[in-house]
Amino acid sequence: MSSEYVVKMDNISKEFSGNKVLKNVSLQVKPGEIHALMGENGAGKSTLMNILFGMPAIWNTGGYEGTIEIDGKPVKIDSPQKAMECGIGMVHQEFMLIPGFTATENIKLGREVTTPTVASAILGKSLEELDRRTMAKDARRAMDTIGLGIDENTMVGGLPVGYMQFIEIAREIDKTGMKLLIFDEPTAVLTESEAERLLRTMKVIAGKGIAIIFITHRIDEVIEVADSITILRDGTFIDRLETKDTTAAKIAEMMIGRKVEKLVDNAGGDRKLDKDDIILKLRDYHVDMPGETVRGVDLDVIRGEILGIGGLAGQGKIGIPNGIQGLYETSGTIEFDGERIDPEKLGDALSKHMVFVSEDRKGVGLLLEESIEQNIIFTATQVENKFMKKVGFFTQYDAAAAKKHAEDMIKELDIRCVGPEQLVGSLSGGNQQKVCLARALTLAPKLLVVSEPTRGIDIGAKKLVLELLVKLNRENGMTIIVVSSELNELRSLSDRIAIVSDGKISGILKPEDSDADFGLAMSGVKVGGADNGEA
Amino acid sequence: MKNNTEKKISFGSYAKNVLFKNKVIILFTVLCIGCIAASNTSLNYIASEVFSRFGRNACLVLALIIPCLAGLGMNFGIVVGAIAAQIAIFFVVHWGFTGIGGFMLCALFATPMAILFGWLLGILFNKTKGSEMITGLVLGFFADGVYRLFTLYIIGGLIPYDDPNLLDRGFGLRNAFDLSDSIKYALDDISFVTVFRILMLFIIVVQLINIVFGSKKNMTVDKKESMGKIIASAIGLVLSFVLMAVPGISAMIGGTRLILSDTLRIAMIVYLLSLVIRKFALKRDITKDKLVKTAVLTAAVLALSYIPAIRDILKSVSISACTYAVICLFCFFNNWILDTKLGQDMRTVGQNRIVAGSAGINVDKIRITATCISTVLAAWGQLIYLQNLGTFNTVQQQSNVGLYAVAALLVGGASVQKANNRQAIIGVVLFHTLFVVAPLAATQIIGDSAISEYIRMFICYGVIAVSLAMHAWKKKDKKVVKKTAGDEENTDAVKSVIWP
Repeated sequence: MSSEYVVKMDNISKEFSGNKVLKNVSLQVKPGEIHALMGENGAGKSTLMNILFGMPAIWNTGGYEGTIEIDGKPVKIDSPQKAMECGIGMVHQEFMLIPGFTATENIKLGREVTTPTVASAILGKSLEELDRRTMAKDARRAMDTIGLGIDENTMVGGLPVGYMQFIEIAREIDKTGMKLLIFDEPTAVLTESEAERLLRTMKVIAGKGIAIIFITHRIDEVIEVADSITILRDGTFIDRLETKDTTAAKIAEMMIGRKVEKLVDNAGGDRKLDKDDIILKLRDYHVDMPGETVRGVDLDVIRGEILGIGGLAGQGKIGIPNGIQGLYETSGTIEFDGERIDPEKLGDALSKHMVFVSEDRKGVGLLLEESIEQNIIFTATQVENKFMKKVGFFTQYDAAAAKKHAEDMIKELDIRCVGPEQLVGSLSGGNQQKVCLARALTLAPKLLVVSEPTRGIDIGAKKLVLELLVKLNRENGMTIIVVSSELNELRSLSDRIAIVSDGKISGILKPEDSDADFGLAMSGVKVGGADNGEA
Repeated sequence: MKNNTEKKISFGSYAKNVLFKNKVIILFTVLCIGCIAASNTSLNYIASEVFSRFGRNACLVLALIIPCLAGLGMNFGIVVGAIAAQIAIFFVVHWGFTGIGGFMLCALFATPMAILFGWLLGILFNKTKGSEMITGLVLGFFADGVYRLFTLYIIGGLIPYDDPNLLDRGFGLRNAFDLSDSIKYALDDISFVTVFRILMLFIIVVQLINIVFGSKKNMTVDKKESMGKIIASAIGLVLSFVLMAVPGISAMIGGTRLILSDTLRIAMIVYLLSLVIRKFALKRDITKDKLVKTAVLTAAVLALSYIPAIRDILKSVSISACTYAVICLFCFFNNWILDTKLGQDMRTVGQNRIVAGSAGINVDKIRITATCISTVLAAWGQLIYLQNLGTFNTVQQQSNVGLYAVAALLVGGASVQKANNRQAIIGVVLFHTLFVVAPLAATQIIGDSAISEYIRMFICYGVIAVSLAMHAWKKKDKKVVKKTAGDEENTDAVKSVIWP
């Protein structure tokens, strides 16, 4: 009994400052098994894995409740080093690779093979010389195991992301005594063929007796490779089942637990969209955004609609708004309300009242160390000289007007805060997002582009943000483009949904279209609207 | 894949690429040549100046490489190493030690002090991650102040110090500290043959340790090879005594200085010999191609050395064998340490602290170690500098050490993130050539000799600014190149190669 499971987590609970993100979750994995851990964003998958891997983020916030057993023995994993000693490895979503090192050096990072020398005998172990030949041999072996055919002396820096992921995997495999390997959404950044290869590799690794925990959204992948599945929803344990006893539809139902909820009723709306009244026209539009390259998009946005742009991560959907805003280099034509937009000129789109709310809220979107008021008005002050008054020869900041506007916005968008002076950094994700929207609205946009509006926001706040977008559209007639990785979200509010795959639009669908159509479009098969891209 | 891309790149763009990569070096080379032409001074003089300055300064510059690779940027903080060296000198000279013994004692005293200073500096750097350069610069100024307090009040005041170098008031040092009766030229005056013998003895000792203790410490020792090395070294040792008996040669290799033309010949003999030994005795894989290339190169250098103008310079300039040997030792040390586990950890930390941390590397400790190594090397470098100079300004000799060393390294084409021995060597040569000839050129052009000191300061700061700016240019350009390369096709090509 004790050795039936390589890892057994029982009744795990975890609180982040009073907010229970995991409630009595259990997880069991057998040796040599591929176990899928599934759930929506925010279901607690990553937290559970961080607990298993002993991440400092867990221990700095008060640890966890429950027990973890490795090979039947209870253990306390309080650091990643401890986890590694227990034979747990993790392939991170953000690569832990050093671009300036070769594949070998990266694979053997921190575990270099060394040979003692005279100096090391006298002055200590750290002066032992590197045995590069053995290191290369080990790296070669690990790479061969997973079928990675690149030269072990290649610099990692120039490689495509897919290979970087494989190098990470090779590094984990190379570790001795590896019992359990955690893959944190490994296929999110991969192309389809790379993902396929990865899945095959996982089977190879599992065949060697190493258990795998596979975190993913993608049900088809799970059906393909996983032996068993644990499903989490909103921090609670839903079920553990064997893949062979279930179907994709059942899994999906358990993951989501609710049908796609329509926020607005399309049919009964009293608004009319004129299909020929185009507000934004993109032709042969390319964006050179690292990781989100757009490769030739033709897209028309109808005035007054909510257009959703969906697709898997890394396919280029996020590149579209970023390019228009002039944050990355673009080519092709962008026509907005009859005028050409020059993306080379930073702020051109802004000054023409096309406003972008960035997906990188903390990096690009907000000044975290500034007040809500400043955050709401600073773009308007910058672009349109709003909230400025003339005092003699000097232009001065009009504090009174700014404060009034901020207070109005706080009320209108229901930003939960102590007042306009509160620092934005201390707000919750949902309220931060509302501040971003408030700033965008201050510019009186004709077209509002919102990128990943619900990323990193808890479920309750998500709905509020989405409802706000719908309200703006219906009541103010504002055209809105929503870019999001969460298809359900898009389907709940959009009039049309453009799916981006491999930097191109692979289809423009209606929210009512079947899951199968969406699935096909996401995997790059052309469906629906035939007017875009090449055949 | 490699062949393909190489074929695609035309010679023109290849040349352009090479030029662009080395643009900092090229700019300063052109500047040097221009200044030499304008200075109207004999090449002999310039060459001898540059060679002596090279011997003096190279070690200080080489001390910057390790912290740079460990991600600490240009370590302006080597000033504290220089201070350690100077404090050591005050006491060793006071105690009456002279010559090479005194010099070694200075090094011995300076080392623990430098380690202590380096440790403190490292802790400070860890607290100011990301702005080590400005921290180092400001800390240099601060250390300067503390050091002045030491030289002007504490020495003789709090610390008993009865010495003619003391000011008449009974505490504080005189402005100039004379080393001519103590350790001036202590290192420079060691003859080539002595250096050679020490090297041979060193090899023998190391190999003996290898053989005797190798099995105990799990070292993989090729006993045959070790024995071979011992025998070869012993032969070299015997040979050195035989050669010293030959009058002409004994003057050549036994004197305090080595004439440049002789150095050249010796270097070539050693190089060819090492190649032959590696090929035939150690059976290393050296292609015929390389042998031929080496032969042609050697012949070309020899031929060049017979051109009258060059021969004049080679004959008139002499270098100090031991100091240059120490410079080689510093280079060797830098390379060696980078090839150890410690060095690999340093490079990892330098590239990405987060990744290094997650790989189980103690980032803070590695950074402190790198700073300590740099400070110790700087202390030794400063000792070498001072024994060559013979007299130094007690209070402010150290103040510009960091600045000059950083400027020299940057001229050599190093960046704040990346530096190597080659860049340090080229940088020292170019920077000090400029340092020698620019004031001369300015005097020639403007006709006022008072201007030279200003010109020097101008060069020093200007060099740092220009090379940093040029490096920024380099980065920006890279992005453009990448974009125009049409990466889509390339990645497809790569894919098909990698995934068969």
